[in-house]
Amino acid sequence: MDDIVKGSNDPEESGCESRRLFLRDAGMAAALAVAVGVLEEIGLAPASAYEAPSEKLSETPKPLASPAARPDAEPQNILLRMQEDLRRALKKPVEQRRWVMGIDLQKCIGCSACTLSCNAENNLPPGVVYRPVIDEEIGEYPNVRRRFIPRPCMQCDNPPCVPVCPTKATYKRPDGIVEINYDQCIGCRYCLTACPYSARTADFGDTYTKGTPSAQPYEKRPSFEYGRKRVREKGESPIGNARKCHFCLHRLEAGMLPSCVTTCVGYATYFGDANDPDSLVSELMGSPRIMRLKEELGTKPKVFYLV
Amino acid sequence: MKRALWGLWGGTFVLGLIGVYLRVFVGKEVVGYNSYIPWGLWVAMYIYFVGLSAGAFLLSTLVYVFGVRRLEPVGKLALFTALVTLLSALVTIWFDIGHMGRFWKVFTSFAWQSMMAWMIWLYTAYFILLIVEIWFALRADLASVSRRMDLVGGLARFLTMGRTDASAAARARDARALKVLGTLGIPLAVAFHGGVGALFGVVGARPYWHSALYPILFLVSALASGGALLTFVVAFFWPRRGSVEHRDLVVFLGQITLGVFALDLLLEWAEFSITLYASIPAHAEAFLLVLFGPYWWVFWIGHLFLGAAIPMAILILRGRSVLWVGLAALLIVGSFFAVRLNIVVPGLAVPELHGLERAYTDARLHFDYFPSMAEWLVGLFSVSLGIGLFGLGLRILPIVEVSTREA
Repeated sequence: MDDIVKGSNDPEESGCESRRLFLRDAGMAAALAVAVGVLEEIGLAPASAYEAPSEKLSETPKPLASPAARPDAEPQNILLRMQEDLRRALKKPVEQRRWVMGIDLQKCIGCSACTLSCNAENNLPPGVVYRPVIDEEIGEYPNVRRRFIPRPCMQCDNPPCVPVCPTKATYKRPDGIVEINYDQCIGCRYCLTACPYSARTADFGDTYTKGTPSAQPYEKRPSFEYGRKRVREKGESPIGNARKCHFCLHRLEAGMLPSCVTTCVGYATYFGDANDPDSLVSELMGSPRIMRLKEELGTKPKVFYLV
Repeated sequence: MKRALWGLWGGTFVLGLIGVYLRVFVGKEVVGYNSYIPWGLWVAMYIYFVGLSAGAFLLSTLVYVFGVRRLEPVGKLALFTALVTLLSALVTIWFDIGHMGRFWKVFTSFAWQSMMAWMIWLYTAYFILLIVEIWFALRADLASVSRRMDLVGGLARFLTMGRTDASAAARARDARALKVLGTLGIPLAVAFHGGVGALFGVVGARPYWHSALYPILFLVSALASGGALLTFVVAFFWPRRGSVEHRDLVVFLGQITLGVFALDLLLEWAEFSITLYASIPAHAEAFLLVLFGPYWWVFWIGHLFLGAAIPMAILILRGRSVLWVGLAALLIVGSFFAVRLNIVVPGLAVPELHGLERAYTDARLHFDYFPSMAEWLVGLFSVSLGIGLFGLGLRILPIVEVSTREA
């Protein structure tokens, strides 16, 4: 398990050839199955992963004792480590937390499980995506490599989307997450133009069952974004609003890691409190492999990549 | 001829109403823009119309503030044009927002940092000022037609609000009020329309928009397009066509339009040449899209050829002919829509992260935008609404000289 935390610095070792073979052979369905299996194993996802989330979200199992308390034990599963970090952070006042996300590009296999779990968690309609995975092909056949860059909202420390809003419907929370107040947003989409990462999308009211005889139950399932239960229908918010990734704030507040983190097949996505020196993300942020997207803009993203 | 024109207008308006129905009762699903190109035809129409409004208004100040005698006959017409085009603009942008019922939140949120909020507050103030100014500009003429016993007279009696004094002293008082209002209006219109340019200019994420020249460019292009619109209207819809005064008026307006439009093209040249010369591909991408992208003809044919080369040649070579000047003005004002489209869409049509267009396949997550049928229909609604209000105004309000109307 240790090599998962550290990652492999040798591009040959984690070579593209084997990655491509894996992709071809295993495919996305298998990747998802693995993801769900992992979730169930550690008890983060109930057996009914595709049902409406329970409103008793906080009843997740307690993590194991910290590694410090049991030095001889096996290296801990990083999801459990991060969940422990999360719980520690939640004990602090909100303004002392600083949520950050790390994504290890050497580990990302481009399975898009994070994208899909995010879509399911937040009930995203067509046209809205919070965490697409950019798939870059480098070189020409037969000398091709691929690189995958998942792109959630960067939760910038200097968010260009915030000052442009004409109704103050979007703002930076004390814990650093940039929130959208769906009931205040008029849907002008100015913030979409202002984001340098295209992290915001607009909800045009489309549905997956448009043009079919009836809407499917999953479309009437409530979502719990920003801790409010909403059913997406009749032109009510979030229809007509700007939407974006919020680090699954509703899950965080219930003591759960963001859904993209728990679903990641290769443990390539890290999450935690950067203000806590003992957290896994704090350790990783010291890595010389760190970069941020469009760092030169000075937006100070709170999503960092390990390259 | 007149009947055919009104028939055409009626057909257009009905089509427009279908668009409005689709937008209001079906929802935003009917639009063709998407999450990556989130602004489209309606935003372009909005900046087109507000440009016409600000331009027409600033020209009216030549009469009411700077006392340019030669333009005096078109003062009221310019103000009324400013009002009607502003209404068309506001209607269009209202259909564009995701929650039409929440527009009032802009007035209660006090988002001091938002250029959009500032723009909305400023055009609200501008809207109120326009109405008051038009009232003062029309009051004396309303008073003199209020004796008529028909609908026009009745409306005029109502609109004067009992102040029917049409004496020279009363007119002088109106003129003083107009001067004060016009003087207030200049900074307001400059701030408001410069603000529209700033709305785009402040978006640092889009190199195509992020230019300090934008507020200035917007003001100059407002004057050029507004001037052209006014020239066109005066050339073809003036009561005493064929008179020497009419010809002088049209020729003078044509000259103003030519001069301002030339300045506008100069600023545009500055914008394009500096960016392209700098050879920073990321900054030049949207410019190259305008010049050589799939919609290259919007720029080369719509804007440069039909909208600039031909009308400028006409204004230079046939600048003393009412008919030719009117046609050139029509070409300029019509093709200015190409300029507006080329401001809004190319700025958004360049992926901010390479590969984003292939990252997630969805009908609303791509960079090919062409307006949907519903967008075009709503566009027709805004245009026909403006033309209808304008035609109605000319018929029932003393916007062009009273003496000619009674004759």
